[in-house]
Order: sequence, then C-alpha cells, then structure tokens
Amino acid sequence: MAVNLQTEHSAKSLPLLQLEHLSISARKMPNRLLVNDVSFSIEVGKTTCVVGESGSGKSLTALAVMGLLSRQLQRNTGKVLFNNADKGVVDLTGLDDESLRKLRGDKIAMIFQEPMTSLNPVLTVGYQIGESLTTHLGLKGERLKNRVASLLEMVGIPPGRANSYPDELSGGQRQRVMIAMSIACEPSLLIADEPTTALDVTVQAQILKLLSDLKTRMNMGMLFITHDFGVVADIADNVVVMFRGEIVEAGTREQVLGNPQHPYTKALLACVPDAEGKKQLKPIDYAWLADEEAEAVTVEGNA
Amino acid sequence: MSEDILVAKNLVKTYTQRSGRFGFGATQVKALNDVSISLRTGKTLAVVGESGSGKSTLARCLLQLQPLDSGEVLFQGQDLAKLQPSALREMRKNLQMVFQDPFASLNPRMRVGEIVGEGLLIHGLGSATEQQKKVVAMLKRVGLTEVDMQKYPHEFSGGQRQRIGIARALVLQPQVVVCDEPVSALDVSIQAQILLLLKELQQEMALSYIFISHDLRVVRHIADDMVVMYHGQVVEHGAVADIYAQPAHGYTQNLLAAIPGKRVVNG
Repeated sequence: MAVNLQTEHSAKSLPLLQLEHLSISARKMPNRLLVNDVSFSIEVGKTTCVVGESGSGKSLTALAVMGLLSRQLQRNTGKVLFNNADKGVVDLTGLDDESLRKLRGDKIAMIFQEPMTSLNPVLTVGYQIGESLTTHLGLKGERLKNRVASLLEMVGIPPGRANSYPDELSGGQRQRVMIAMSIACEPSLLIADEPTTALDVTVQAQILKLLSDLKTRMNMGMLFITHDFGVVADIADNVVVMFRGEIVEAGTREQVLGNPQHPYTKALLACVPDAEGKKQLKPIDYAWLADEEAEAVTVEGNA
Repeated sequence: MSEDILVAKNLVKTYTQRSGRFGFGATQVKALNDVSISLRTGKTLAVVGESGSGKSTLARCLLQLQPLDSGEVLFQGQDLAKLQPSALREMRKNLQMVFQDPFASLNPRMRVGEIVGEGLLIHGLGSATEQQKKVVAMLKRVGLTEVDMQKYPHEFSGGQRQRIGIARALVLQPQVVVCDEPVSALDVSIQAQILLLLKELQQEMALSYIFISHDLRVVRHIADDMVVMYHGQVVEHGAVADIYAQPAHGYTQNLLAAIPGKRVVNG
C-alpha cells in the first residue's frame, strides 16, 4: 500500500530518498544487525556516495532500497521514503511486490557491480535495454528500436551493436549497456553499486564522466556505492561513511574528505595511495575501536 | 648503480583467437609485440596498462609458464626460454609469482600449511621438520599464526588469502617475485596492508619485484621503475617519478589523467 505522508511539506522541498533508521539482520539471527540504524537522504539531482570496506553493509543498504534483499535477510526496522514526484512520498518498505515492480526500472534503477554477470548472455543487448521500455512505457516496434538506438548512442556505443550479445562486448561496453538499461525510463533515482570497480582506470574515468553528465541532464539523484575515495572525490556531492553496518560519518564531500572527524574516516583516507606518491600509507589501526568500546562500557556502567 | 637481475629481450607472443560467428574464423592477436624490459636488483618494476594490453601475458612468459614465440629472458645471465624443463623447474625456486585472485589461486582442498610448504617439498629443501619450521616462520612473518596451518583457504578473508599467496611465494626465498595485480581484488584498507607487507619483505629478503597493476596510485607508491604497455607493446619506460612528472606518450598521459581523485580538496 502506498502511504501518503504529504502533510505539511510539499513534495518539492523533500529529499528524493530518505532512509530512516534502517536495520537489517539475518532471519536466523535477528539480534546481529548487518545494517544498524542507518539514516541518510539523497537530494534531487545530487550524488550521495556510500563508502566503506567490504562487509560494511553498503550493498545491503542499496538492495534494501530496491526491495531486493535475499530471503535469508530481513529488514528489522526503518523506512525508505521515496519522493515519487507528483504521486507523493511512498514508503518503499510498505509496498507490495506489484507496486514495487512498477517503480523499479521506471523511477528507481540500479547498476550492478559486475557487468559480466548481470547481463543475460542469451539475449541481445538491444532486447535487454528495450525490456523495461516495453514494460513501463509500452513502447513497441519502430519506436522501441529508435529509443534503444538513441540510448546506446547516449552511452557511447554505436547503435548497430543493439544486435550484439553481451559476450561480444568489452567490459566497459557491457557496463555502458547496464547504464543504458538503467536510464532507459529516465529514473529519478539511480543506484550504482560499485559500477566501476571491475573496470580499467581509463574506462572508469569515461564511465564516471558519463554518469555525471547523465545526472545533470536528467536531474537524477544518485546513490553511488564505492570503496574508492578517488572516485568519491570525483563525483560525490555528499558522502556517507559506513563501518560494520553503521554510519560513522556523513556530510558534504568537502567536509568528509577535507576535514574528516571520525577516526575511521581518517584511517580509511590514510590508506588510499595518492597519485603523487608523497603520502605514507597507513593500514587501518583499530585502536580507536577499543577506546570507543571501553567508553561505551563505562557509559553503560554509569547508567 | 645496481645490476639488472632479470632482462627480457624482444619477447613475442601471438595467440590465435577464434573469431566470427561460431568461431569459424581465426585471427592472430599479438599479446606481446617485441617487448623488452629489465629489472634492477632489489628494485620494483611496475608494468602498467589496460586489460588486454599484455601485462599478464608478460608475467607468465617471464616465468616460462607459457612458451614464448621468440625472444629471450635472461635471469642472472641464463636464458630461461632455452632451459630444459627439469633445469627450469630447478630455476623456478628463484622466480616466484603472487597471483591476482586470492580466491582462485589457492587449492581449496589443501591445508594452508601444505600450500605454503609445497614448494619446499618439491625442491627438497631441508628435512620435514625444517620445512615445517620455515612454513611457520613465513606464515608468522606475513601476519598469520601457526594454528592457521591446519585450516583450509575458504576459512580466510581475501586479504588473509593474499597473505597466504605471498607466504607461498616467499618461503622458497626467491630473488625475483612477479606480482600480478596482487591488490586489485582487495579493499583499500587491506590493499594498504598488503602493499606495506610487500615493501617490508622486499627490504628484509632483498627481493626484486615485477609489479603488474592498472592502478597508477598503487604503482606510484610501490615502484621504482615502470613500463607502460599498450596493445602488446611497451610505449614508455623509465623511472616512476619521471614518467609521472612528464609522460611522453599520449596513452600514458591518458592513464595519468584518468586517476580518480584529482579533485580532492586536501589530504
């Protein structure tokens, strides 16, 4: 059921996506939270980067937004409020599969990490790009063909390649196909889960540029998951740093990269090699964790 | 001035690739087209390039894991390409490799102790107890414990597995280690640990590295010299600092311009 939460705010002033106290755990172990009380928001036309190591819960957060959590996992608490322009704000977690399906691919789209495994090998890329256009917009025949061709052109692939199979394309081209698929219906929110991690630097630079161009052109909000601070510096407006399922720091790009507050953010920044080679690499020292735990214990003790 | 420990001259390697619909055609791909490199003793030579540029082929051809079409690989004056298989095997204890994918390069059915100790066993270095001791010492050096010897690779994280891979390569006390993208499958935080470990070990054991990577930030950090490969050819070589300061070839300039994070305000 769509819940209309439009009371005092107008839809325009609200953020595009708002996560409120999202917690995720395994069904069998509801007490062990994989994502713990995560709240942040994405503005219209802005990019929010979620940064963290593997296992920090970044991908789970993205999957939860899409309603794609695997069956072994459950969302314990939290809301995912999506601002669906003229239709008002909906809580994605409260939607049934049918209404979710209508949103996915149309208003909210996702680019997955592995372009090699997320395309269907037995269908042409043109068909795969056209699928969501047919489902959501009802395009058929010549009009569908033209739209697919223009999408391919937009992401820098010759339109003639629409009849190619994924194995006939390079890694960068496949990722471009994924992007073409996801922007086909001009979504207002694009979720990109490490879209460039598997790619070469030169290709990565092209893809990042393409994404930021598209973002500006279509005024998309973007949730961008990465573990590379270099990428963050290039494309983020806002940054959320996650560690062991929790948000440890959030702010604008300048704040988080220029003046990190949390020891984990500092540590994570310190282990990114820089292009000039002046910086001494420091592996993450978890000493602060022990301090924090001790603090927590004393606080609990006092309470 | 240090001497060159490993010199490769005019390496050529051609693959025949099936092409066209259903693979009825055949095209020749020059993976290595007249490649010459030299590695200075105790230094790190980085090989940089995009996927398909021939970096990994170069690595495998240097160690003779793949036969060359032509060219010679001189290790301490001996041409590895002309050695008999048995002599080559003997020589391999001086030339080891750390592989890219820590999830695929360790045998899932062998215990870590066996994986690391296998080289010692093959080369018959020392008695069983000595071998055991060496394995334990090496594992401890890379940050694992004696208990880990009894475990299987799947029980470890990616970073730990890469440590096992490094221990496996270094237990033989080689002189040259070829690292084929050893950190590209790892998180930045783990990447920093592994890079530091490799650097420390280089100093301790007087190792010379050939370091294959596509991440120019990592290369800047670890390497002394570098070669840039493009379509199977070396387009640029020299000291890392010089090339970063003044890239001569257009492709190198593109690569350097593509390093993410140029916009970082500070830090």
